[in-house]
Amino acid sequence: MQSVIQYITSYLGSNQTPGAAGNLFWVFVYIMLVFGGLSVAVIAMNWLERKILAHMQVRLGPMRVGPHGLLQPIADALKLLLKEDLIPADADRVIFWAAPFMVVLAAFTVFVVVPFGPTHAITDMNIGILFMLGVSSLSVLGIVMAGWASNSHYPLIGALRSSAQMVSYEVAMGMAVVSVILMTSLNAAGTGTLSMIGIVQAQLAQHEWFIFKFFPLGLIAFFIFAVAMVAETNRAPFDLAEAESELTAGFHTEYSGFRWSLFFLAEYSAMIAVSSIAVTLWLGGWLRPFPNMLAGAGWEQFFSFIPGTSFLFLAALCFYSTARMPKHPYFRIQTIGLAGFGAVLGLVGLILFIPPVRAWVQDIFWFSAKVAGFMYLYIWYRGTFPRYRFDQLMKMGWKVLLPMGLGILILTAGVALYQQNLWHP
Amino acid sequence: MTDQKTLSHLDLETPEKPFLDANELVINMGPQHPATHGVLRVILRLDGEKVLGLECVIGYLHRGVEKIGEHRTYTMFNPYVDRMDYVAAVSNGLGYCETVEKLLNVEAPPRAQHVRVILTELNRIASHQLWLGTHALDIGAITPLFYTFRDREEILKIFEKYCGARLTTHAFRIGGLQYETYAGFEKEVKNFLDFFRPKIDEYEELLTSNRIWVERTKGVGKISAQDCIALGVTGPVLRASGVKWDLRKAQPYACYKNFDFEIPIGQNGDTYDRYLVRMVEMRQSVRIIQQAVDALPEGPIMAKVPKVMKPPAGEVYHSIEAPKGELGYFIVSDGSTQPYRLRVRPPSFVNLQALDQMCRGQLVADVIAVIGTLDIVLGEVDR
Repeated sequence: MQSVIQYITSYLGSNQTPGAAGNLFWVFVYIMLVFGGLSVAVIAMNWLERKILAHMQVRLGPMRVGPHGLLQPIADALKLLLKEDLIPADADRVIFWAAPFMVVLAAFTVFVVVPFGPTHAITDMNIGILFMLGVSSLSVLGIVMAGWASNSHYPLIGALRSSAQMVSYEVAMGMAVVSVILMTSLNAAGTGTLSMIGIVQAQLAQHEWFIFKFFPLGLIAFFIFAVAMVAETNRAPFDLAEAESELTAGFHTEYSGFRWSLFFLAEYSAMIAVSSIAVTLWLGGWLRPFPNMLAGAGWEQFFSFIPGTSFLFLAALCFYSTARMPKHPYFRIQTIGLAGFGAVLGLVGLILFIPPVRAWVQDIFWFSAKVAGFMYLYIWYRGTFPRYRFDQLMKMGWKVLLPMGLGILILTAGVALYQQNLWHP
Repeated sequence: MTDQKTLSHLDLETPEKPFLDANELVINMGPQHPATHGVLRVILRLDGEKVLGLECVIGYLHRGVEKIGEHRTYTMFNPYVDRMDYVAAVSNGLGYCETVEKLLNVEAPPRAQHVRVILTELNRIASHQLWLGTHALDIGAITPLFYTFRDREEILKIFEKYCGARLTTHAFRIGGLQYETYAGFEKEVKNFLDFFRPKIDEYEELLTSNRIWVERTKGVGKISAQDCIALGVTGPVLRASGVKWDLRKAQPYACYKNFDFEIPIGQNGDTYDRYLVRMVEMRQSVRIIQQAVDALPEGPIMAKVPKVMKPPAGEVYHSIEAPKGELGYFIVSDGSTQPYRLRVRPPSFVNLQALDQMCRGQLVADVIAVIGTLDIVLGEVDR
């Protein structure tokens, strides 16, 4: 008993991620936390996407289930779980069964190395970024399996499109990533790193986010990645694999109920995963904004109040909406619910002002806020752009992004060499 | 079952090839498909994503409108025509009423003519708005749909106030109008025009110079002027191929010759040109309505028409420029109260013929774009 407690507490002193410290108990706790947080994020994203898209399109979005449709994702999830589990008669049952799990597995496993803070990651691998790119591209296997096993024409075309698309955009993505890894080697020792935590720490050490590094090289690399990551996750305007107006639903046409919801879950977690990569590589991961310009204890203090303030702002928004609810007995429960939700948010905001908590949530808050910004971009794209055609998509991948990526890579390498005084023309 | 003869109609050009080639994929697109605008079924023959050929299967919405016409009096048949092109019901009604008027040899009074023009042009705008929204939706831009439907609502409100119905209006009667315009009609129409002018710019802002939109539509579904004429294609599709043929100018009906407007034509005959032509048409419709409202004369709204219509024996063909193309009615009268034969020349039905030619050698995604750009309404195709 004593040794168990000692085993658990021994981690607390070490300044490492649980994976790196080799403490299985805390690894398990972190996995549960990340898994739970991710599921909540997907649910929230579902609601937010519908609401934001609706407001972009002069409509209200879900309004009936719960105040402002807040319980809609939960109602949807329940509906999907209760639906009959259909497998088409001529489908390849085993592969049909395995495909959604494959996709979900790939989407969730990448979070093993996502650094939410200097020690807030499940583990820190010295090949972190390679692991992430490798595992996240495994999801294409699941999509091809789903398309093939459905034994139907639309899924087959959708799967073919999707595999071609993901494979070709991976290359451009890789070029952009390599240019960042080159940037991490700009230190006294001249050694770069592939570790996700190491990459952020390199940005911290160089006092510069890599998006601003070697301006405009970092920015262009970021741009390449930002385009490629939308294509990689099959989202608008690159949502050819599930183009509703062309292929009804693409590779998951034959899926329904729980299996379909797994695809949904995987799509959204993949979006969060690639956004996390982008945030880690270019936007300074868990670092707060303007670390150079607004440095000093005063600013440190100021920024530490932002998490709590933003929650209080959300709470105020809830209370404002509560006040605007129709005064009718029919809406009483909804009004109370919205006020309760606001109270919970407000309470969280107040807790975030407590000094030790305030310091502790800084990393996680800034990381999540940056990822949330990317999520908003995803929704914005979907509301704005028409869909690319397949050949145009491939043309863009191979003829625009890949040459750009190669050029950026060579230029970055040249500038890096020059700065390290290793190359004297 | 897989007798080659029963299936070979799909592949008329290469009869020596086996029907089921390993490189070919035959796909049924529709009748239940999100982008076929109703119940159109398209049998696609694909090589990967490339379209080798396609065949339209129609008739899922066939109600025998023409046959019904033989068993109804001229007045009773009037509401049925609204159900053909339900997106542009007013145009259908105008065509039918004018045809019977031609048969009866009466003419609607000037005030009725003006109101007819106003409502028909409003309906043209509504029809084009619906086309724009759904066409953009097919190409993947989901937002314009909601903008166009929001603005289309204003037109439907005017219809509702005028005749009580929003979609299947039955707005006109043989010989003129049943209802006098409601109080404030002119003001509301003018308000709508002022409201709508900037809205067209808003639609164009979303799409006209949008890179992806241009890439998706330029050079897609090209059709030459000769092919258009050979296939009988009319309306914006014909005009986008560079033929200046609009029945409002070519054979003026109602009182269109009183108004000053232009016929937009395209050059390339591709989807982008058809898009531009329809956008300009909306602006021109606004111009026509403005003139018609400004010059709305006073006077009777109904010509002298017998209660029981017995047109003299004979036949008549009359066509108007519906939003989708030439809408013609051919009526044979035997002197009784019912037509002996009634035949409709629907623009959608004829334009749909061009689908195969426009899609060959293009990709699956282009088929969707071309179906959208043809602006078909299945109620009118099947009748």
